[in-house]
Amino acid sequence: MLSYQNLTIKQKRTVWAWMFLAVPILFFVVIRFYPTFNAFVLSFQEWNLLGARTWTGLDNYVRLVEDPVFWKVFANTFIYLLLGTPISLVLSFVIAYHLDQIRFAHGFLRALYFLPFMTSAVAMAWVWRWFYQGVPIGLFNNILASVGIGQIAFLNSTTWALPAVLAPAVWAGLGFQIIIFMAGLRAIPRSYYEAAKIDGVSWWTVLWEITLPLLKPTIVFIVVFSSIGFLRIFDHVFNMTTNDPGGPLNATKPLVLMIYETAFDSFNMGYAAAQTVVLFLILLIVSLIQLRVLRDR
Amino acid sequence: MATLDTGATEIRASSATLLEGARAKQKRSTAQLARWILLFLGGVLMVMPIAYMISTSLKWPFEVYNVSLIPEEPHLENYAYVLEDGRFYNWFVNSLVIATITTISSLFFDSLIGYTLCKFRFRGRYLVFIAILSTLMIPTEMLVIPWYLMSQSFGWLDSYWGIMFPGLMTAFGVFLMKQFFETVPDDFLEAARIDGLNEFQIWWTVAMPMVRPALAALASFIFLGNWTAFLWPLIVTTSSELYTLPVGLSSFGDEADVQWELIMTGAAISTIPTLVVFLIFQRFIIRGVVMAGLKG
Repeated sequence: MLSYQNLTIKQKRTVWAWMFLAVPILFFVVIRFYPTFNAFVLSFQEWNLLGARTWTGLDNYVRLVEDPVFWKVFANTFIYLLLGTPISLVLSFVIAYHLDQIRFAHGFLRALYFLPFMTSAVAMAWVWRWFYQGVPIGLFNNILASVGIGQIAFLNSTTWALPAVLAPAVWAGLGFQIIIFMAGLRAIPRSYYEAAKIDGVSWWTVLWEITLPLLKPTIVFIVVFSSIGFLRIFDHVFNMTTNDPGGPLNATKPLVLMIYETAFDSFNMGYAAAQTVVLFLILLIVSLIQLRVLRDR
Repeated sequence: MATLDTGATEIRASSATLLEGARAKQKRSTAQLARWILLFLGGVLMVMPIAYMISTSLKWPFEVYNVSLIPEEPHLENYAYVLEDGRFYNWFVNSLVIATITTISSLFFDSLIGYTLCKFRFRGRYLVFIAILSTLMIPTEMLVIPWYLMSQSFGWLDSYWGIMFPGLMTAFGVFLMKQFFETVPDDFLEAARIDGLNEFQIWWTVAMPMVRPALAALASFIFLGNWTAFLWPLIVTTSSELYTLPVGLSSFGDEADVQWELIMTGAAISTIPTLVVFLIFQRFIIRGVVMAGLKG
């Protein structure tokens, strides 16, 4: 008869371990693994929630490739990435580099830069949306008008809308990246800088030959992290273009918004699931490429 | 005489280098001052949107379109109006309850899983860890459709449970806590075991207090994440009484002819709590960001 009392200490601890893990394993299987599997399965089916679920093979993917809106959305998603990641990387590095050399009121300055990270994207999207309104409502256009520059219809222009939506996303993420960069800068041993000082090397050379190469792990982390964020942009776009989500003329629509509309406005669950699989693959490929490129160099 | 002479030149030379040093120092401190001023201006620019949000929430309708940051007659009427309406109060309570429960649940389970995977040796341990970690690769957006279907068939739509269930445990928290339990020496746990504590008591009374800073950092991330979460609450709720603050604010702003000062008041109501939390726990949160960034 196997009872708890007769077990060795090691066996008892194994029993405890599985007891601790029982509920979590159930959770991760039911709430993470099964839904992932379900999303893949659904992407090969057609279902509008009411009728029957029917197998359609690759139809959803074929439809996606032939959908001009998808290609527009695909391009937008990458524009968010290709503008957002480099801009926030350079800005946060420059600020962190200088902030790192400040002693006086360091904590206060750091707090100013970090504060936007603590805000809710929805709340701030509405604030920026207000900034972008035309005269006499919007702040930016009021300022432009007072200097005598013509009005810009930020959110109603197909060229301006995407950068206008991207700006608050970059703004909100900057503080996080600055903190990470400063931690990376602090981790570089002082002795490298002292050796460079004795050799009389200019600060520019120090920056390119010592600081940036030693900062590579930090840069890799920030690039991967912020890329994933920009590829998944949704809250800002949805709240800044509510009259016509992703508009004008789909100029700001990212993939996640298309997924949301396909699934919860049109109730094309299978088609939406196929879009989520594409999003998953994009995230996977972009992260793998970045890890490879940045690690190897 | 000759020796004196060389001595004088030496003195002159050294005073020259001293002067040069002083000049260089002065130049450096001017540069430092310029750097400080530029960083300060940049920082002020960074908080401008927050400042305008708060300032506008204190303005009367007639001065909303005034660019001035300082309201002519600051007042709290907008807050009174918005809270009297009842909806924002309702959404605030929903957000608070949901963010608090998910934070407590995540802290409990994430650290329990992290501890078990770190301190117990058993077959399958590595597999469980890799399996949990691999869920980090799956974007939430891919899960929301199956979650919605699940909630629909179990009747979880439009309920607190429906909003909360996906966030009751997080793979990121498991990973973070596992890293931190590495710093707890096994000797302490062994001593407690000899004292006759059971494994649960050892975890709760001995190991947990030793990772308090990590728990505080994780708590602030998870709370902030749930407080500002938008996509899933938007999908799972349909009745206004169950909206969280972000979903409520989004629908409020969308209503026709809503005034900007009221939208800014709503935005301020959903932002001020996290700003206050930050100002109080600044050191913890910043250290937490660094820990999470470096370990993750």
